[in-house]
Amino acid sequence: MSTMSGQVIASTALPSDYLSDEEIAEIEHERTLYPDTRAVGLEALKIVQKQRGWVSDESLLAVAEYLGLPVAELEGVATFFNLIYRRPVGKNVILYCNSVSCWIMGCDQVREKVSEELGIEFGETSEDGEFTLIPVPCLGDCDRAPVMMVGPDLHRNLDRQDLGELFSRYRNNQD
Amino acid sequence: MTDNAKVQITIDGVTYEVNAGSNLLQECLSLGLDLPYFCWHPCMGSVGACRQCAVKQYRNDEDNAGIMTMACMTPVQPGARISIEDPQAKAFRAGVIESLMISHPHDCPVCEEGGECHLQDMTLMSGHNYRRYDKKKVTHRNQYLGPFINHEMNRCITCYRCVRFYNEYAGGEDLSAQASHHFTYFGRHREGTLESEFSGNLVEVCPTGVFTDKVFSESYTRKWDLQTAPSVCAGCGVGCNIAPGERYGELRRVVNRYHDELNGYFICDRGRFGTGYVNDAERLKTPLDGAGNELDADAAGQQLREIAGSAGGTIGSARGTIGIGSPRAGNEANFALRKLVGEENFHTGYSDSEHACMQLIAEAAGDPQFHNPSIREIEQADAVLVLGEDVTNTAPRIALALRQSVRNKALELADGANIPRWQDAAVRELAQQERSPLCILSSGATRLDDVASDRVIDTPSALARNAFELAHRIDSDAPSAEGGSSAEDDIDPLARIADHLLAASRPLIVAGASSGDVDLIKAAINIAGALRKRRGNGASAPVDLCLLTTEVNSMGLHLMTRPKNSLGEALRKLSAGEAANVIVLENDLYRRAPHAQVDAALAAAKASVALDLLPNRTTAKADLVLPVTAFSEQQTSYVNYEGRAQLAYQVHRNHSAARPAWQWTGDFEHFRQALLEGADSIPVFAKLRDVLPDTSSLPGGIKVPRQSERYSGRTAMKANLNVHEPKQAQDPESALAFSMEGVPPLRDATILASTWAPQWNSNQSISKFQDEINGPLRQGHGGTLLLEKRTESGGFFPPPVNGDGAGLELLPAHQIFGSEELSSRSEAIRKRMTGAFVAVAPADAVKHGLKQGQGVRLSVAGDAGGVSVTALTCIRTQTSPGAVALHVGDREIDFHGLGARVELTPAETPHGRGLGELIVSDLAREQGDV
Repeated sequence: MSTMSGQVIASTALPSDYLSDEEIAEIEHERTLYPDTRAVGLEALKIVQKQRGWVSDESLLAVAEYLGLPVAELEGVATFFNLIYRRPVGKNVILYCNSVSCWIMGCDQVREKVSEELGIEFGETSEDGEFTLIPVPCLGDCDRAPVMMVGPDLHRNLDRQDLGELFSRYRNNQD
Repeated sequence: MTDNAKVQITIDGVTYEVNAGSNLLQECLSLGLDLPYFCWHPCMGSVGACRQCAVKQYRNDEDNAGIMTMACMTPVQPGARISIEDPQAKAFRAGVIESLMISHPHDCPVCEEGGECHLQDMTLMSGHNYRRYDKKKVTHRNQYLGPFINHEMNRCITCYRCVRFYNEYAGGEDLSAQASHHFTYFGRHREGTLESEFSGNLVEVCPTGVFTDKVFSESYTRKWDLQTAPSVCAGCGVGCNIAPGERYGELRRVVNRYHDELNGYFICDRGRFGTGYVNDAERLKTPLDGAGNELDADAAGQQLREIAGSAGGTIGSARGTIGIGSPRAGNEANFALRKLVGEENFHTGYSDSEHACMQLIAEAAGDPQFHNPSIREIEQADAVLVLGEDVTNTAPRIALALRQSVRNKALELADGANIPRWQDAAVRELAQQERSPLCILSSGATRLDDVASDRVIDTPSALARNAFELAHRIDSDAPSAEGGSSAEDDIDPLARIADHLLAASRPLIVAGASSGDVDLIKAAINIAGALRKRRGNGASAPVDLCLLTTEVNSMGLHLMTRPKNSLGEALRKLSAGEAANVIVLENDLYRRAPHAQVDAALAAAKASVALDLLPNRTTAKADLVLPVTAFSEQQTSYVNYEGRAQLAYQVHRNHSAARPAWQWTGDFEHFRQALLEGADSIPVFAKLRDVLPDTSSLPGGIKVPRQSERYSGRTAMKANLNVHEPKQAQDPESALAFSMEGVPPLRDATILASTWAPQWNSNQSISKFQDEINGPLRQGHGGTLLLEKRTESGGFFPPPVNGDGAGLELLPAHQIFGSEELSSRSEAIRKRMTGAFVAVAPADAVKHGLKQGQGVRLSVAGDAGGVSVTALTCIRTQTSPGAVALHVGDREIDFHGLGARVELTPAETPHGRGLGELIVSDLAREQGDV
């Protein structure tokens, strides 16, 4: 007599070695922190994004399959959070605050300059693949508005004049 | 909390008695007050997502300011004072709907929901009648969701009802809410057929036109232009209530018809999309002789009487006429045939294995130890054992109820935490994955596995032994089965299942006739009997034992037929020359018995008559074929798995020579007489007369219209034939009229097909006809339970003898789309059907050299000259080794000729449908799985 209990999930075929050992190790660590696998979904997406820059359809399927979650449900999670990227992004993601404090301090004018420098609007990636510009509601630094993040760095008291040099530093820093 | 206490609250200065423990919205609607809402659903509780049901609540008599509160999220408090009409509350609601409507395309004229749209109703009710927003709207891309459902995301108002129904209520996994705020999107992760067997309910759950009925769209008609009558689904043995709608002589669609004890608000996709056969061009329209020549109706009737009349003598004199009844025909058709050929010559038309199962099922139904639960009662079970049934594919609506039963653990936790049961999101958050036990014993994967607590997979014979052993574990008076579970460690599943069932306050055992396995039904009866003994016979209620019947009137047919009058016996009598003629009622015998036996019987018969609505292999061999009406073209009564008799009214007329079968075979002038024939002459049907409507409650005997007041085109629809408006068709057979004239049910549901109330054009108007939300329909008729309990309880059955043999054990694999004869001839269902397939375990596939999706030959084990058939190999990781499950589909496969054990050999892949539409959880994907 064979017995079993627990969930059986329909899913779609992918090579079983899609996720790297490093990714799996990190996901397994997260799994120990939550009582319910569904809660690991978001962390797993962040892990994959950290390694690959964004979450492709294949990555989404791989994570869903690995965790035994319905793909549709994980897609719901992935698309809910705007910092999970379901499309490729540039090397540097600019999170540009356009919330109320920054607005008072003239973020719209600065943002025009950003767009002019990089040739992109919100949601776009520059042609050279260096920058992606995304709006965020607040970065928690209102007393030094306007602010933005470029990659991991926070930039305060933004001035239209400084932007050109700021961006070229990032361009040159890349290896 | 299930609290029946009443408390007083004041709404806009009027004091009402309402249910304590409920919420304000539900109670306002129960009182018949108009309070707009979107996200709340009577069956799914409150989540407070849409903010549309805002009311003012006042702290005390002095408080004039009050606070704005969401009625659906606010518990009823004794003495509460609220206002719906407060100007601020009204303004708030108008503001909410204005923002919900910001990106709504306003495409009502081309939207299938128009005219029965909850969003239209609520927009008007909330007073948002002028659009101020003149900016660009958010637009979405729609997805292809399969042959049943259209997707038009732009109409969405993000109430979340779709995913709450589809995922949380029905257990679907391939629809989700994606993105956020303006861009919230409800769809699949990529285009493709919606996998849930209940996807059609999205059409009714969605308050607007995001999800619409694709089949209906193809020949669309507004709700008010449909001719509608209360009907009963003929798709399986459950008997869900439906409201079919007709226009221009075509059956256009089926929607749910509320029944508080049965289907509630939901039906399955077979029921909703499986009636296209009614409009099929192949329908039999005139009587035919054996050569296929058309006959005049009078001449055909005369021939039938001659064939039946030549019976004269009794069976055995080689002059008698055998009548073979039909589990898919109503009682009256069967009564009439039974009367025509005589009770002793009337036989059931289902297979012999099902015949044997039906004897046991009806026996158990009369046993005072057991209670055959309604769907509402099934939902209350707090531990369930399913024995050998893939319920989602055999009685889908019951599977949906079983899925709700596992939530009883969550509700219990909620009670403990003082969270009202209707606080849906909070209850789910609290319970997480906690579920009441659902134990499944089967020979392969079922579509309830995802919520099962315990599963035992084994061959049918081993399952039966395990199940007998389980009864023994529960009560040692029940006989033990040798060869039952041998596991003795602490994970012994039988011990765990026994513990679950014994610990439950309302355990439920589910089995059924679909497997044709009497041992499983006996085992189910033993288990229920053992539970009953352990629970004590004193005051405790009988144990819920749900034994499912396979077709709409299997039970009715059983109840009017002598136990020994099986189909096999009928075929034997014909072949042996003990009877001369045969009349087959709405039945393709080739689906029911070994083909060789049917061939021999029909060849031996001097004359054979087939009454049916579509041509099939049996009508092809008949000397006389009489066309009959489809379920929606006639009035008839059916008896469901519970023994509940229900009346299905005629929806529309058939203009061909087809008639209800009782008119061909009976000498009744009116339907009523055909029904009373059974009620008067068969004791168990005595209460059948109760299903006839109490016409005295209809004012002045005025009929109930099948058409709405707004029905259009009456004078124009036949103008191409004659510019003079024809006289409206009369219906002397029922309390309904084929026209707009009459008194529509506005306050009670005496005869209610299409619900409508002022300001409530959508199906949400049902609340206006309920005693209270989720309560019985006012004056409505829920059917009549025919079966009486005996005074004597039955005993335990002995376990089956261990009969090992060569080959693999064969069992049927049922599919919601394809296993039922008539629905599988509907175009929409055919788009979802698979080819005939054989589910085999990976190990058995390797052993027999079978490849996924390729051909396989099944032949009778140990009989080289026996029947052999081909099908597609379907390797499923959870099929029990040693067992194979054959899905016949619409291939002309001789299932019954194969016997209990088969051999498998690779064969050429059959042409036709593949396995592409198969939706299962355990299809072996790669060679690695095999």
